[in-house]
Amino acid sequence: MSSFLVQLLNGLAGASSLFLVAAGLSLIFGVTRIVNFAHGSLYMLGVYIAYSMSERLAGGVGFWFSLVFSALAVGFIGALIEMVLLRRIYKAPELFQLLATFALVLVIKDGVLWIWGAEDLLGRRAPGLEGSVEILGRNFPTYDLFLIVIGPVVLALVWLLLTRTRWGTLVRAATQDREMLSALGVHQSWLITGVFALGAMLAGLGGALQLPREPANLGMDMLSIGDAFVVVVVGGMGSIPGAFVAALIIAEIKAICIWLGDVNFGPFSISFSKLTLVVEFLVMAVVLVVRPWGLFGRPQGTPRHSGAPEAPLRPAGKSLRWFAVALVAGMAVLPLLQGQFPYALVLSVDLLIAALFAASLHFIMGPGGMHSFGHAAYFGLGAYGAALLMKAAGLPMEAALILAPVVAGLGAVVFGWFSVRLSGVYLAMLTLAFGQIAWSIAFQWDDFTGGSNGLIGIWPSGWANNRTAYFYLTLVLVVVGLFALRRMLFSPFGYAMRAGRDSVLRADAIGIDVKRIQWLAFVIAGVFAGAAGALFVYSKGSISPEVLSVTKSVDGLVMVLLGGVQTLAGPIVGAVTFTWLQDTVARSTDYWRALLGGIILFLVLVFPQGLAGFIHDLVVKLKPNREAAR
Amino acid sequence: MSLLQIRGLQKSFGGVKAVDGIDFDVAAGELLALIGPNGAGKSTTFNMVNGQLRASGGSVKLDGRELVGLKPREIWKMGVGRTFQIAETFASLTVVENVQMALISSHGKLYSLWSRAAGAYRNEALELLDQVGMKADADRPCSALAYGDVKRVELAIALANDPKLLLMDEPTAGMAPKERNDLMALTKRLVVERKLAVLFTEHSMDVVFAYADRMIVLARGRLIAAGSGEEIRNHPKVQEVYFGTGKTFEKPVAQEEVAA
Ligand SMILES: Nc1ncnc2c1ncn2[C@@H]1O[C@H](COP(=O)(O)OP(=O)(O)OP(=O)(O)O)[C@@H](O)[C@H]1O
Ligand SMILES: [Mg+2]
Repeated sequence: MSSFLVQLLNGLAGASSLFLVAAGLSLIFGVTRIVNFAHGSLYMLGVYIAYSMSERLAGGVGFWFSLVFSALAVGFIGALIEMVLLRRIYKAPELFQLLATFALVLVIKDGVLWIWGAEDLLGRRAPGLEGSVEILGRNFPTYDLFLIVIGPVVLALVWLLLTRTRWGTLVRAATQDREMLSALGVHQSWLITGVFALGAMLAGLGGALQLPREPANLGMDMLSIGDAFVVVVVGGMGSIPGAFVAALIIAEIKAICIWLGDVNFGPFSISFSKLTLVVEFLVMAVVLVVRPWGLFGRPQGTPRHSGAPEAPLRPAGKSLRWFAVALVAGMAVLPLLQGQFPYALVLSVDLLIAALFAASLHFIMGPGGMHSFGHAAYFGLGAYGAALLMKAAGLPMEAALILAPVVAGLGAVVFGWFSVRLSGVYLAMLTLAFGQIAWSIAFQWDDFTGGSNGLIGIWPSGWANNRTAYFYLTLVLVVVGLFALRRMLFSPFGYAMRAGRDSVLRADAIGIDVKRIQWLAFVIAGVFAGAAGALFVYSKGSISPEVLSVTKSVDGLVMVLLGGVQTLAGPIVGAVTFTWLQDTVARSTDYWRALLGGIILFLVLVFPQGLAGFIHDLVVKLKPNREAAR
Repeated sequence: MSLLQIRGLQKSFGGVKAVDGIDFDVAAGELLALIGPNGAGKSTTFNMVNGQLRASGGSVKLDGRELVGLKPREIWKMGVGRTFQIAETFASLTVVENVQMALISSHGKLYSLWSRAAGAYRNEALELLDQVGMKADADRPCSALAYGDVKRVELAIALANDPKLLLMDEPTAGMAPKERNDLMALTKRLVVERKLAVLFTEHSMDVVFAYADRMIVLARGRLIAAGSGEEIRNHPKVQEVYFGTGKTFEKPVAQEEVAA
């Protein structure tokens, strides 16, 4: 029993840091409506800055000053980010804002790598709080007791700031109704910069406080942003008390899982301690399904209008058709050039697979209007499906290539059923949660999936087991896949999908079951992503949980947005550009992420309609204007 | 027996009774106007009839079958079409595709994955557009239309599955007087030729008095009067609700345009 109580105390200590990060994220979302992907990066910066300062300023006062300094510095960086970047994109579609903040993640990660290096950095213990106290016969770190206190203290301070100051009143007003605020003539941009700085400061503080507990490392950004998202969504977007309660709930559930350890139910043994990676996402999934706007949140109004209305679909003109044929023909002769460009075939297979993956995501994101942040789940299910069908069930490649997409489709049947019940940011978060769940299953189920090592030795059947043959196999399957996806967009089903996205009310009033259409779309996208995954695993010969990670999902998003979400060719252009960039940049510098981030930022600011969209607009502009000639 | 029978219908939003127990009938071949000041509960009534809102109490029967509890798409299948106060169309489809979409749905072809939607029921759709005078704009994006035109497209969409009952929430808002008359004349013709039942709301009293067969007046969620144009015009309660003292029924058109 005493171990249980101590574990609960542990949970409370963990909740504090979690709360600080999430509170900042929630605050920023409430006022700017931007889901700040870079919030975890600010947290990470907090840890690193605190590390450097506390190493430089020895002594008790130096340490505590370092924490405060770190929080302030991160707050300043946050303000800078808001003024230089985000301010320019408040009017842009939601997705572009996400993309921009994700680019920041890349830039900050490489900035940290450049300044502090890749080694984990172990910080000092907090002076005066190094020891432990005895609680119920067990040793409990004094510093953790301090953390337990700090959470509620910060909550109280933020609460006072929001309710007792004029600034706080304005922030709360802005959270409720931006338009009203501007009507009151409040100088909005300073208010927003202030909120951003405060949110960043909280993240920085959360990070700095973590220094004595865990070494600073480069993976902290993604891990903490995942946790923070979950807390914010569970608590309700924009609600600070919600973030506090959600942080408590999640930290405690994790603590209980650790305490439970391995439990036997009859013949089954469940390892609860391994569940800690998934459990928060399970909580989030349940909350989103039961109370879609979170425990303390309020139902959101209709999702914000995102950009200009999409143009109607037109069948491909003659020139586009010929271009496509020429492109495929050009690719088909690539093997002849193997002598000169030995790497071309390998890269082309990667490009083709990426194109299919991106097109499948675009299918639900563009025409379907569902912004999935966990599309890697289906890619990974296909990849693992193929690998396991071969390894565990002993099927040949041909059968695995057919069945793996079915496996991914079945995954999409389950995840999709829940996801289509939500929309907007909430749908994005739920799909992210499912993606994480799939990832952690692959990561932890050592016996079946090979755990973090993954599976190796998954080679194609004899006839396809050489570069040229596998290239042709991929080319044929991807071209067929892309054609099928496109064809479906022109079918009644594809139209119904767009109709449901444009107006749920109208669709429902003419007999369209929008949720069911979306569900089917989800499954179709899952099947094609699964096919891409299966092709991927045979092209590499091995697989690891990487293919299911958030990063992979975000890669897909970047590809789609890069190409332009409103154009059918967009995902293909985007996938090719992105994969090629990643490939060339990664080989020429250690800091490819920063470069990629910089490129993404540039594109977001310069081509908000995506590359293919930009080309399309250009062509329309150059052509004699038909509409005007009427 | 009349086509639509509404009995004791009510809806409250967190204690506020938006519609407070109303009864009325609409017969096949009847053009019935539901009038009342802003916030009277007209749109709420419409939303309950087509299933978009679930009634808090009472019953809505179409041909004797209960509609309360059914989903909008189920009610649509039973032959109830509607237009919205703020027009709802599919912005990324062309005008004709909007109507085709409704035809595809009524033919049960929504889950067809391989055929081409562009050619599906195009002629029928063009015919419907012709009826509302929008055929010339068939291939323009719906998002490029003037608001009055969008409302006409909406009517064509609503007619696509040959409904028995049509619900029109302020069908002529945003239109010039000539357009209003054309649209209402068309509606009247449909009522007569197809024996269609139409329930519509309208702020322009000219339109109401010129075209409605009968009218009912809603104020603060309750029906306060019913009858012919003449009866309504002289009804003291109606005059009180509308104008306090009651002098004229003319409502400034400009004001409605703004509201639309
Ligand atoms: N979803 C809702 N939640 C809360 N209250 C609502 C809701 N919909 C309508 N109301 C309220 O119900 C009352 C009736 O609204 P309704 O839209 O039915 O009026 P109306 O007669 O159509 O008015 P108008 O002529 O302005 O269109 C109003 O007081 C309105 O504020
Ligand atoms: Mg209304």
